[in-house]
Amino acid sequence: MFRKRYRMGGIALSALGTLVMAGVFTLGAGGASACEECKGKYEVDGKKSGYLYSTPATQAIQDDDFTNPGFLWVERGRQLWAKKEGEANKSCKDCHGEPEKLRGVFPTYPKFDPKTKKLINIEQRINRCRTEQMKAKAWKWESDELLSMTTLVGYVSRGMPVNVKVDGPAKPFFEKGKAFYFQRRGQLDMACKHCHIDFPGQYIRADLLSEGRAGGAFPLYRLKWQKLGSLHRRFRGCNKQVRAKPYKAGSDEYVNLELYVKWRSNGLPVEVPAVRR
Amino acid sequence: MRTAGLVAGGVALALLAQGAAAEVTKVQEKGLKPYEIVDGHTIPKPLTDKPGDPKRGAKLVVTRKKGNCLACHKIQQLNDFPFHGNIGPELTDVASNLTEGEMRLRLVNPKVVNPDTIMPAFYRTEGLHRVMKKFQGKPVLTDQEIEDIIAFLKTLKASQ
Ligand code: HEC
Ligand code: HEC
Ligand code: HEC
Repeated sequence: MFRKRYRMGGIALSALGTLVMAGVFTLGAGGASACEECKGKYEVDGKKSGYLYSTPATQAIQDDDFTNPGFLWVERGRQLWAKKEGEANKSCKDCHGEPEKLRGVFPTYPKFDPKTKKLINIEQRINRCRTEQMKAKAWKWESDELLSMTTLVGYVSRGMPVNVKVDGPAKPFFEKGKAFYFQRRGQLDMACKHCHIDFPGQYIRADLLSEGRAGGAFPLYRLKWQKLGSLHRRFRGCNKQVRAKPYKAGSDEYVNLELYVKWRSNGLPVEVPAVRR
Repeated sequence: MRTAGLVAGGVALALLAQGAAAEVTKVQEKGLKPYEIVDGHTIPKPLTDKPGDPKRGAKLVVTRKKGNCLACHKIQQLNDFPFHGNIGPELTDVASNLTEGEMRLRLVNPKVVNPDTIMPAFYRTEGLHRVMKKFQGKPVLTDQEIEDIIAFLKTLKASQ
């Protein structure tokens, strides 16, 4: 029942209302509130979350956990958390206990992974537990399952500051991500920086440009997508709109870029699941 | 001896400048018509023989998949179309500020004027990185489209 409604992305909002009325919907601690811990933290050291560039109407959807459609994915994540899978027949819960035990993990990714000697981001970290600990198949990028679990793992750190490390072994990957941000690309020949460093707060056609920091906002519910999406999906969109070949979600290029973008967000609060236009 | 030669060269250059000989840079990119940039700030000669059509130019300025100039510029004469961005300067009076040749360079390759600009070069096929396949080897606008837009820009004067 729940699953069926949830699949109908387009009417998620009204479906959500019905679920709440029917009492099917259970929220984590805090009831109808927003992220209390986020309040007053959307601007830190002159860095602003994309939240502050959203319209009051969009902010209001994010601000109320009952109207925020992203919570459908948090709920779905909780269901998956307890589901035994793979040859090991284990669930996340069997090893990790309650999802809240992972509080503090999300804000530190991507990080250097000594095993592969490159960066690993949170989606990849989750999938590693699936393949290595559960002996289950990795979830596909942008699948409902991976989005839901990533959203849950993000949600339990809500309010905590993004805190990625870019020194030591992460340094060369950080430098690559930074170079990506400043590299012009596509037929329109623009770098990320041309929109998000040079012109935040100004309109590009109907869109108010944010600082493009990602912050602790992704995965987030985008009204335009009518569903939740990953940060790498956003990267692909921002590449395609300048008519540049995008990279694959989960590619080394995007994970390096993610580290740079999150470093620009250090100190901003985790606000998963955020809502944007 | 060498020093003398150098000095002589310098004089020659200075003389050239004094004689007001313009510095001309010829450009020819793959699949595009050649053109000449004069003194680094203008392309005086049109890219086509056929004169530009201001009506078609206005349409190209608005169309998202073409010029999409409204993404970044406010143009009051086009207030019937919604959502003018404000990244670049307003173009409502641009014909009073720039010559046709300056406008042409701005469109063809604004990086000649400002290497760090966000404004796309609308007539380029080279020096680009990771262009999507369907746009490879093609400029954003054709030579005739550039001329149509210039014909439209030339009509933009704030009403006195
Ligand atoms: C069989 C036990 C087991 C299962 C099942 C399991 N994990 Fe893990 N998980 C671990 C262990 C052990 C670690 C830490 C050691 C390591 O680095 O592998 C870990 C680490 C993690 C981390 C990184 C923590 C950090 O501090 O960086 C995340 C996130 C995570 N698991 C999520 C999950 C999710 C989500 C699931 C279910 C899809 C899951 N795990 C299933 C054992 C398990
Ligand atoms: C042509 C301008 C443009 C370029 C170039 C561009 N973006 Fe964006 N980007 C946007 C617009 C418009 C949005 C939606 C409004 C906003 O948040 O700025 C956006 C949104 C984002 C967001 C979401 C911010 C949030 O909090 O919701 C991120 C992250 C982002 N961009 C990163 C990038 C990266 C990384 C690059 C380079 C690969 C890039 N952008 C290139 C225009 C651009
Ligand atoms: C992505 C944003 C963007 C787009 C799209 C864009 N421009 Fe610009 N344009 C700018 C900026 C910014 C400037 C300011 C000067 C600079 O950056 O070098 C500018 C400058 C100009 C100027 C010089 C104005 C002056 O008074 O000096 C003209 C003319 C111009 N643009 C015309 C156009 C036309 C015509 C189009 C559409 C074919 C267009 N622009 C598309 C951003 C843009």
